[in-house]
Amino acid sequence: MRAPLAERVGNYVLLIVFGLFALGPIVTILVAALGPDDGGSGSSGFGNFGKAWEIGHFGSYLRTSLAVSVSVVVVSVLLSVLSGYAFGTMRFRGAGVLFYLFLLGIMMPTEAIVVPLYFDLRSLGLTDTFWAIALPQVAQSVAFGTFWMRSYFRSSSRSLVEAARLDGAGPWRTLWQVLVPPARPALVTLIVLVFMWTWNEFLIPLVMVTSESLRTAPLGLAFFSGQYTSGFTLLAAGAVIVGTPVVLVYAFLQRHFIAGMLEGAVRE
Amino acid sequence: MSSPPGEPRKIGYLYILPALLVYGAFLLYPLGRAVHLSLFEWNGITLGKFVGLSNYADVVADAGLRAAFGHALVLIVFYSVLPVVIGLALASVLQRARVRGLGFFRTVVFLPQVVAMVVVAVSWRHIYAPDGPLNDVLRAVGLDSVARGWLGDYTFALPAVGVIGTWFETGLVTVLLLAGMARIPKERYEAARLDGAGAFAEFFAVVLPAVRGEIAVAVTLTVIAALRTFDLVYVTTSGGPGTSTSVPSYEVYHRAFELGQVGSAAAIGVCLTVLIFVITLGVNRLADRGTA
Repeated sequence: MRAPLAERVGNYVLLIVFGLFALGPIVTILVAALGPDDGGSGSSGFGNFGKAWEIGHFGSYLRTSLAVSVSVVVVSVLLSVLSGYAFGTMRFRGAGVLFYLFLLGIMMPTEAIVVPLYFDLRSLGLTDTFWAIALPQVAQSVAFGTFWMRSYFRSSSRSLVEAARLDGAGPWRTLWQVLVPPARPALVTLIVLVFMWTWNEFLIPLVMVTSESLRTAPLGLAFFSGQYTSGFTLLAAGAVIVGTPVVLVYAFLQRHFIAGMLEGAVRE
Repeated sequence: MSSPPGEPRKIGYLYILPALLVYGAFLLYPLGRAVHLSLFEWNGITLGKFVGLSNYADVVADAGLRAAFGHALVLIVFYSVLPVVIGLALASVLQRARVRGLGFFRTVVFLPQVVAMVVVAVSWRHIYAPDGPLNDVLRAVGLDSVARGWLGDYTFALPAVGVIGTWFETGLVTVLLLAGMARIPKERYEAARLDGAGAFAEFFAVVLPAVRGEIAVAVTLTVIAALRTFDLVYVTTSGGPGTSTSVPSYEVYHRAFELGQVGSAAAIGVCLTVLIFVITLGVNRLADRGTA
């Protein structure tokens, strides 16, 4: 049954209007970043990115962000696979309580922990270090990752585990040779989510970091937007530089983003 | 909770240990310390003074803090209520119509979710600027009197921040609801239509009950996002003009690191945590009761 023409046209108008509303602010910033520089540097087009890169020190910020994001992803995914495996396939006393403890971490807002973390790390002389930015985010990602990998391992075939055990494989080999290879889609989702959260995180680096060499990309952009006031073009170019890495990953793996953020939210 | 599969294995503790250590040291312990700090009046440098629950009493008694929580309530309307209403209308129309290009639409409306909030804030600050695109449009259509510096206006700054929230949450909610509606069996629509239900009756009889769970998730996610508006306020308004856009998350930062009121900041953080727990559990319980 086909809907009447007017209704179909109306539906497409609705799609386009909301699509434009979603894209508007993003297109605005792209257009501004590519226009002639209103700050008087004489650059335009892609030259703006070079100019912003130079004035805003984005090279350094991107390097820090990349180092932090990669470390947080590698460490937290590894720890989550191990703990998710235990919670998903083994039975031991206190497993339930321990798992609920991890669930708490998914809901815990950064605002609550950042204040004591700052003062405790300061007394240990650890503020303004790489560790102060990375470790709290590993902890947050491990909370979600444990939950995520546990659901995966629980739903993965128990007969696989049984077969591996009958073949004489220990739990370590069962994990890496039998369970992890088919877990690739779940792992990719976890990796892209943790990468996005870490790359975009603002409050933790803002509180923990004072030296410029440790500023992450969003933090660097916030400082740049506070200091550079002679126009919008280069600021827009800087914003595009900071936003692009995650958007690029999203362009290729959007199913993982959408599935992860929606299913990850649906807790048991 | 049903018991997990597999045989009893003590070695499980060993697999959990590394995760638990990091998690305990950098989340659980700090949460405990936040509760501890919240009982003190402390400027972050000298010796703190034990004040019991008075920092918590301030959350209710202090006019500035009460206002901040009030602002968070206003933001909830923009972050949660509007996106759910718009998302329900949009998703049910699109679901009925089975239009082409829905996959691409999903990708586009979800995009704001993955862009760093600082980037979003820089963009919107430009849009709202006195000589920015929004005012250009208003002047072009002859509404010069309406044009203003939106984020510097005592009346409009908070709604202006709220609209940004509506912008980035609507896509998430719509995509979530579309997924839920796609799971409704066709027969239910047909049964409703045989009963002579129109589009509206069908929506209330078939669609709405079927997506209760998705609505609960959407409300939970967006309310938490509203309560945790920090980056956006920090970059767009810094809580101003005056204190017209101060929100609890921003107060935590402002008090702990700018005013030297660490105990008060910790108390606000603890309150936020409790609020988020209660909302998450409460909304999910409500949704469960509805489907049971």
